[in-house]
Amino acid sequence: MTTSTASPPTKKGSSPFTKKGGRRSTAARQNLFGWLFVGPFGIVFLALLVLPIGYALYLSLFQKSLIGGTRFVLFGNYTKAFTDPNFLDGVWFVIRFSLVLIPLQMAISLAIALMLDIIVTRFARFSRLMIFMPYAIPTVIGALMWGFLYSENFGPLADIFGIFGAEAPDFLSKSLIFYGLLNIVTWQWAGYYMIILYAALQGIDPTLYEAARIDGASQWQIILRIKIPLLSPALLLILVFALIGTLQFFNEPKILQELAAGSIPNDFTPNIYAFYQAFSLANYNYGAAISFALGAVVFVCVYIFLFATRKRGSFFE
Amino acid sequence: MKTKPVLAAITMLAVAGALAACTAGGDGGDNGGGGDASNCSNEIKNPDAPVVTLWAWYPNSETVVDNFNEANDDVQVCWTNAGAGGDAYDKFQTAISGGSGAPDVMMVEADRIAVFQAQDALVDLSDLGYEDVKANFSDGAWKDVSVGDGVYGAPIDGGPMGMIYRTDIFEQYGITPPTTWEEFEATAQQVKDAGGPVFASFAANQPAAVTAYMYQTGAEPFTYDPANEGQIGINLNSPEIKEVLDYWAGLVEKGLVGTEDQFTPEYIAGVIGGDYATYLSAAWAPGYLQGAGVGEGADEGVWATAPLPQWDPANPVAINWGGSAFSVSSQADDPELAAKVAFGVYADQASLDQGWQEQIIFPLNVDVLEDPAFQDYEVPFFSGQQANKEVYVPAANAYKGMVYTPLQQFYYSTLTEQIQNINDGSATGSEAADALQEAVVAYAEEQGFTVE
Repeated sequence: MTTSTASPPTKKGSSPFTKKGGRRSTAARQNLFGWLFVGPFGIVFLALLVLPIGYALYLSLFQKSLIGGTRFVLFGNYTKAFTDPNFLDGVWFVIRFSLVLIPLQMAISLAIALMLDIIVTRFARFSRLMIFMPYAIPTVIGALMWGFLYSENFGPLADIFGIFGAEAPDFLSKSLIFYGLLNIVTWQWAGYYMIILYAALQGIDPTLYEAARIDGASQWQIILRIKIPLLSPALLLILVFALIGTLQFFNEPKILQELAAGSIPNDFTPNIYAFYQAFSLANYNYGAAISFALGAVVFVCVYIFLFATRKRGSFFE
Repeated sequence: MKTKPVLAAITMLAVAGALAACTAGGDGGDNGGGGDASNCSNEIKNPDAPVVTLWAWYPNSETVVDNFNEANDDVQVCWTNAGAGGDAYDKFQTAISGGSGAPDVMMVEADRIAVFQAQDALVDLSDLGYEDVKANFSDGAWKDVSVGDGVYGAPIDGGPMGMIYRTDIFEQYGITPPTTWEEFEATAQQVKDAGGPVFASFAANQPAAVTAYMYQTGAEPFTYDPANEGQIGINLNSPEIKEVLDYWAGLVEKGLVGTEDQFTPEYIAGVIGGDYATYLSAAWAPGYLQGAGVGEGADEGVWATAPLPQWDPANPVAINWGGSAFSVSSQADDPELAAKVAFGVYADQASLDQGWQEQIIFPLNVDVLEDPAFQDYEVPFFSGQQANKEVYVPAANAYKGMVYTPLQQFYYSTLTEQIQNINDGSATGSEAADALQEAVVAYAEEQGFTVE
């Protein structure tokens, strides 16, 4: 993110374009080719990303009511969003959720990656695949599956706890839904993050380990002093991924809503609230404003975070 | 050298062309009727006739549409299942807001009609064949599909409510179906004291059923007539509503009823397993329960139904939960033709018969309600009980209709929250009613209404 690459040595006499007149047309032609190759992507990018975002921004500046039609309110919807307890509660929920989820996810994926790095048997390859598997399952199916696993009537939890004569916790209830979702998301993403970290581990020069061992370093010391510091750019990367993803939390709670309706209200997370405003209450303007307000929250969180780690480029140096 | 830019340009054009083709193909190049004939789930019998598009989620939609298409040479129905209830409404809402993509005719539950009517999404059927079929339905049925003086739907089926109960549990504890809510509570207490199951469920995810309970106490939660532009009456914390919410809050507090959400696999498993002595529900419930696997195997032959308990047996009030109608969308190319479909598509004898015999719908058509074959029908789910005659036909006939408003979506969502508060003990019934009133009034004012 913040690695500064040395700029390539520049030749004296600066740009070749101004030197010879004949070169200019070649450059222009190359330029044209460049645009032509970027063109297809550009069209899709504009049509499917920039335009909809622009339209949503435009929508968010208006207010439509059932009586009295639509009127321009400038940032009125944003003022409303940032004073709307439903929206703010949702934001607070996803922030709390991130604070618990992200460290947990990172710790688990890091631990697994380090373990798999050390074990070099056939079993390691199999485990890697199995741990990655949840990521390959669509979120929707994953959430539905967990919904049933948690179920008091169908799920295995009741039986497992029954063996010990205890009552199974209801992870779909209002008080435990936080942990129920925590488990689902960790299960879903830890394998993916593990693969990123594992790949980064493979990139570390093994001579470093050799040198450390000659110096008498134990396995633990190698992990703490060499592997983790060298992994920190990858850790930073997955942290930012996880932060952005979690603040936009939508799929899992939306799917579980039907199985645990009381525990997941329509303002559970900001994204669910925006969906509800737009598609159930037909309040597209406010829905768009909430989406942008959430975007602002995500931007601020990620910016604060990157700012804090800016100089070091890692946590540990 | 010179061929390269040309090649690149051709490539780009081809890509752009492919993109354009995608958009055109995906959309069906349609004229706003919500899909052309090639997108139908059913077969068009007379390809030369004009086509009316229809969204419906009745389980027997295909048969009903085939019946209609075979009987009509001048119009054909192109049917799509756009999802049940909320899913279809969300799609319809998006199409209405977007200005295109809605079907010509749409299956709508009565409680959503006012929501769409306020957005000018539905066509008034008063002059489009309403007079011809007016006599086929009761006043209550018509009131449900009307907003003010306008008629915005062709009634098909209703949901007169009764008390479905388990005969095995009733026998085991030596009880008989309670006829008043007071008895209901006493009986529930008796069963609980004897170690029996809870008596019913007060489900937060069924605000429509709870609204029906409110009407039973004589409450009038809303008054609304679009003729009085911008006026709406909201009366959600009236003594009657507080009474009914406090009553249920009491049942919850004493542990006499469950608080599980209905229609979930969890709940159905509970119903099959005998976790509930009764299921307070509408006439369509047997069909739903059967579809979910209730009444087969272990709990076969244990179901019966009785009239819903009353507050005042001297002045019984019939209430309704659910049921639906066919409405004509304002995006219909030919509203007259669409109205013909709306009034005709589930109105022929064969379709209606199949509907009630298989317990898919409870018809509101007076001819069927009065038909001895219907009245005397021995419902297999209720072990041959003549449920129509004993429970549902009287309830349907006595039903007076409800008033729905454009605020319905918000109201339901807020009511769900408040029932949840009652169920987890954080609010009494009266407190919930006050909170409900406050939230709905605030929303109405925000939407530009003058609250009376």
